[in-house]
Amino acid sequence: MTAILEVRDLTQRFGGLTAVDQVSFNIRAGEVSAVIGPNGAGKTTLFNLVSGFQRPVSGSIHFEGRNITGLAPHQIAASGLVRTFQLVQLFAELTARQNVEAGCHLRGSGGIWAALSRHRRAREELAQSANIAAELLEFVGLQSRADIEAAALTYGQQRLLEVARALAAGPRLLLLDEPAAGLNAIETDALAHTIRRIIDRGITVLLIEHDMNLVMRVAARIVVLDFGRKIAEGTPDQIQRDAAVLEAYLGGTDTVSEPSVEKSV
Amino acid sequence: MKPPDSPFSALTLAGWLAGAALVGYALFDGGYLVTVLGFAAIYAIFVSGLNFFMGYTGQVSFGQNAFAAIGGYTSAVLTTAFGWGVFPAMASGIAAAALLALLIGFPTLRLRGHYLAMATLALGMIVQEIAVQWDSVTMGYTGIAAIPALGAFGYELPSDRAQLVALLLALALCLWVASRLKHSRLGQALAAIAGSEDAARALGIDVARYKLIAFVIAAIYAAFAGSLFAHFVGFVSPEVFGLHMVVLGFTMLYVGGIGTVAGPLVGALIISLLPETFRGFKEFQDLAYGAALILILIYAPKGLASLVRRLRMRSDKRRAA
Repeated sequence: MTAILEVRDLTQRFGGLTAVDQVSFNIRAGEVSAVIGPNGAGKTTLFNLVSGFQRPVSGSIHFEGRNITGLAPHQIAASGLVRTFQLVQLFAELTARQNVEAGCHLRGSGGIWAALSRHRRAREELAQSANIAAELLEFVGLQSRADIEAAALTYGQQRLLEVARALAAGPRLLLLDEPAAGLNAIETDALAHTIRRIIDRGITVLLIEHDMNLVMRVAARIVVLDFGRKIAEGTPDQIQRDAAVLEAYLGGTDTVSEPSVEKSV
Repeated sequence: MKPPDSPFSALTLAGWLAGAALVGYALFDGGYLVTVLGFAAIYAIFVSGLNFFMGYTGQVSFGQNAFAAIGGYTSAVLTTAFGWGVFPAMASGIAAAALLALLIGFPTLRLRGHYLAMATLALGMIVQEIAVQWDSVTMGYTGIAAIPALGAFGYELPSDRAQLVALLLALALCLWVASRLKHSRLGQALAAIAGSEDAARALGIDVARYKLIAFVIAAIYAAFAGSLFAHFVGFVSPEVFGLHMVVLGFTMLYVGGIGTVAGPLVGALIISLLPETFRGFKEFQDLAYGAALILILIYAPKGLASLVRRLRMRSDKRRAA
């Protein structure tokens, strides 16, 4: 299988702290991968670097063979790599439908002239956004909530809406930042189902997750970080038997069970 | 879709009818009300511009008076000192304001929240100070008088009533543009920025570019309003475009309904008429005016224009329950 994302010697420092330290890995196209690690392992920093929200001190990121290191977030999104956020970042005052329609930005090109004249292509673009929004809301099971303000949805629905909105941008690689955080068991099941169906749409998924249950169920490959360094990489089976991983989770201050405690926060 | 007999579309219709009746009475009567409505129309344009930046895009500017001043003074100077026609003078003022917004906006719009508020406040104060100090062109505190009335090709609209009609047509154009832009791909991008800048970026929206577009549109509206003011009143001075204009604009925006197309119109009309309504209270006029504002903001915190939407949502919820 070919690598859709290649991360080489990626390093990020904040003052004296090295948050991400010489991390390298490849993500294969067409499957679900996960980055796991105890709190403070550098997972979110890694995501911020890959999605352009932070610039690395050194190292490189190649997406579909193209160097995207140091590009602005909107440029990286335009190249086909779209992320979600650990704390949901919805457009709270817009309805679910409007959220997903706004997510279709990259599919259109209309500017001021298109808005004023509403020429044929501009109308087609708006109609296309509406169709895509309806399809994606149905895909994540929110079709009955389409006209509810995002702020009024339950937390689990907000998570799903964020996924639908990210899909609206037409990604080929979707980065999900702790998508199961705050979800109950039933909602996590629904999420796992949704993630598998995203793969069926031909979209590669990379997720950061605390919820081991979800990761072991959906991920084909796992990268483990600890104190900013990659300590293991492999299939869920390999990771569960890896001595360094057990040490990181059980030997230190963090335990495997801790993430599920944090989930309820 | 709501059926047409819904009480809330009836409420909206009642609002339009009341506004039309007011304009009709003013045009028939021709008295002081024409002036009040003229000011309301000019402010509605100014506030519509402010709404682009603050309502649709979720940013903050205390300096829109700067662009109104540029529009007003460019019109005043070019028509009185250089004998230009109203239209070319107005167009020059708008172009100058748009250019300044582009130049100022590029570095300034990196700022957020309070910092952006401070930077734009400074912009308004600097432009006002230039209007005071640049005596040879602006006549300082004395101001510029005898500015030709609205008209074209050497023809001035003969009466205040005719000018009011011209102002209302200008306002209708501005509201139409606002509505078209709001309900478009551009408007969706602005709404995304207002909702969450990080999420907008992650979805491929060039946040800096769209903020700049909103800022320039707001400046164009402000300059248009400033220029209309100059020609309607026939006089400009630094006080006209002072901090008072900013405060009044904010009040109208919040009372009318920030983020809605009709909000600036409703706010400008209410805030222009309220002091007149309470004239009978004599020395308590300001007190009554203040109390009315507080009541509106308590019972319609998102403005009068959004009251209709809130009522509708409440009844939808009741029906769903």
